[in-house]
Amino acid sequence: MAYQNIFTQVQLRGEPEMGVPLGAYNEERLGPFGTSYWMGKLGGFQLGPIYLGKLGIASLICGFIAIEIMGFNMLASVNWDPIQFVRQFFWLALEPPPAKYGITSIPPLAEGGWWLIAGFFLTAAILLWWLRTYRRATELGMGTHVAWAFASAIWLYLVLGFIRPLAMGSWAEAVPFGIFPHLDWTAAFSIRYGNLFYNPFHALSIVFLYGSTLLFAMHGATILAVGRYGGEREIEQITDRGTASERAALFWRWTMGFNASMESIHRWAWWFAVLTTLTGGIGILLTGTVVDNWFLWAVEHHFATVYPSTGVVDPATLPGAPQ
Amino acid sequence: MRKILSLALVAPALLLAGCEFGTKVTQQHGPNGTAIMQVNQKSNLPVIAPVPPPPYPLTPEMAQGDRAKDVYQNVQVLGDISAEEFNYTMAAITEWIAPADGTVENGGCNYCHNPENMASDEIYTKVVARKMLQMTRNINAQWTPHFSLSNYAGKGAGVTCWTCHRGKPVPMANWSESAPNPPTVLGNKFGQNTPAKSVAWASLPNDPFTSLLQGKNEIRVGGPSAFPTKHVASIQSTEKTYGLMMHMSQGLGVNCTYCHNSQNFANWEHSRPQRVNAWYGIRMVRDVNDNYITALGNVWPANRRGPAGDPYKVYCTTCHRGVNKPLGGQPMLKDYPMLRGDYPLASAAPAPVPASPPVAIPETSPVAAPVPVAAADPSPLEALPATAGNAARKTVGG
Repeated sequence: MAYQNIFTQVQLRGEPEMGVPLGAYNEERLGPFGTSYWMGKLGGFQLGPIYLGKLGIASLICGFIAIEIMGFNMLASVNWDPIQFVRQFFWLALEPPPAKYGITSIPPLAEGGWWLIAGFFLTAAILLWWLRTYRRATELGMGTHVAWAFASAIWLYLVLGFIRPLAMGSWAEAVPFGIFPHLDWTAAFSIRYGNLFYNPFHALSIVFLYGSTLLFAMHGATILAVGRYGGEREIEQITDRGTASERAALFWRWTMGFNASMESIHRWAWWFAVLTTLTGGIGILLTGTVVDNWFLWAVEHHFATVYPSTGVVDPATLPGAPQ
Repeated sequence: MRKILSLALVAPALLLAGCEFGTKVTQQHGPNGTAIMQVNQKSNLPVIAPVPPPPYPLTPEMAQGDRAKDVYQNVQVLGDISAEEFNYTMAAITEWIAPADGTVENGGCNYCHNPENMASDEIYTKVVARKMLQMTRNINAQWTPHFSLSNYAGKGAGVTCWTCHRGKPVPMANWSESAPNPPTVLGNKFGQNTPAKSVAWASLPNDPFTSLLQGKNEIRVGGPSAFPTKHVASIQSTEKTYGLMMHMSQGLGVNCTYCHNSQNFANWEHSRPQRVNAWYGIRMVRDVNDNYITALGNVWPANRRGPAGDPYKVYCTTCHRGVNKPLGGQPMLKDYPMLRGDYPLASAAPAPVPASPPVAIPETSPVAAPVPVAAADPSPLEALPATAGNAARKTVGG
């Protein structure tokens, strides 16, 4: 068979491929829904069958409720004006309760109550979807790597919106739902806690994030580069030790003296991705609970350089200063 | 194919639409690697507005003669200057606030005075003008630390009515309290999440002025020490302070690092001396708003009040208008000694320091003058906190 790539893909249409039969306690799959030439350009041309199941349906319903609450709160904030909703969409938000309500008292719906409900349903949707990825993997006899990688992202999400606000004793510490508002939250969070760049876990998170993109680029480029020898065809690589895998390994051994294996490169990539949100979540959780000013912490622990003082003195510390 | 190609060219161009093209002017103000620099577009540098000349020359002889309080009736603030100086001041004030050139409705003397009885307080603007004269003198006497970097003979640039008014009865840049939030979510943005000019189109709280530019609320949010203390500041209050800082940045035409070292915004030790001026500026604005504008209470008619019923008040932009030193830092009091807070007491008593300044720091303290007096606008290299330069600066200050 000639070498096929995204531009030269041959789409053989026939009986839909239905996959392996499902075991007990499973529900019927939906579909297949036919084929798509353009989806075939990106990947498989066959759409479905999809396994939705109870978890999938429950997750979608919860997610739908969460998005509706956010969307209708935003729409109400512009007096139900659809044009203003679109124009101001990036500015609009569903804000968490103000600090005066703390963590124990239940705020009115208009003052963060809707945020709590939306957050509950969004979290439920995400956790149900996590269960689904776990279940589907075990049903197919796979490992659960996807589920645990997803769990790492959920960890960061829960720290930001649930665990850290609990630890701080205030829902006001949580992130608003909204495009610019959540970015403003991020900037304000860093300013409040003395610059998050001096948080070593934030630094680790950035290392793994940028490392992930680097690994992704190296791996993607390597496999594409040996595509002409069938490097992307895993079956052939396993049954017939051709030239592609060996060449890919040789390339890196020649250029940097060391090479990943066909298996280990994926393990590297998985850990880099997982550690991005894992370390990030730890960094956020420590902020405000354990450390109040990361710059001063970093200076105290010889993690940051102190520049010479400019000689400026806080005027509020001087006797008789105005308020 | 051509369509796809042109689209591929146009799409990135659209993504760059938020960028500002053209030559940039940069000035470094801090140590290398701290990004303490000002960046301006060459074609968009702030324009320094002109200051009108005095109505006619003020000669030393004019200070002689009868005092205004003896010549005119109901002169409560400027009574101790001569009648000639008083007339000169009135002519200047007319030109500054309500000129008779047709640009202001009912401009001229009658904007404040009843022509039948010039001493009468029946027109509210005369009552306001009196309060504003007291305010101007107070600013020039008590708030010199705010002007310490435009130091004219140790007095700073000072302010006249023109500094804010620029020929308008109400200064162009002003604020009033935002209308209270609706009780439900309907039409309720909670004072934020709106593309608002007051906070540079961010979704930050767009009225940081009501709570921070009057009264005594805490503006500081940054953690004061490495580990948690009793200092509490929510993310929401941080966003409010952030909003105020966006206003200051816009109002002065500068970026964050004009005052702050962005590695730790809260830290004074690594801030530029300009931050001290700004600190006094905030307190000055609160003084003006609380003790002069709001204090006038019911004097303000409905058309001088905002939607929440409070009078129009001042913030940084009111004077600064996008320039770090209003009107280029010109010595405003040069031709108007009667607006100095210590005038004419200075001629009688040699010590010009007010008896009980609200600002307890003498101008000779290292705070008020951390930059050499001569270096009103320190060159980028002088502002570098190099150890030698730093020591020299301290010597000058102390």
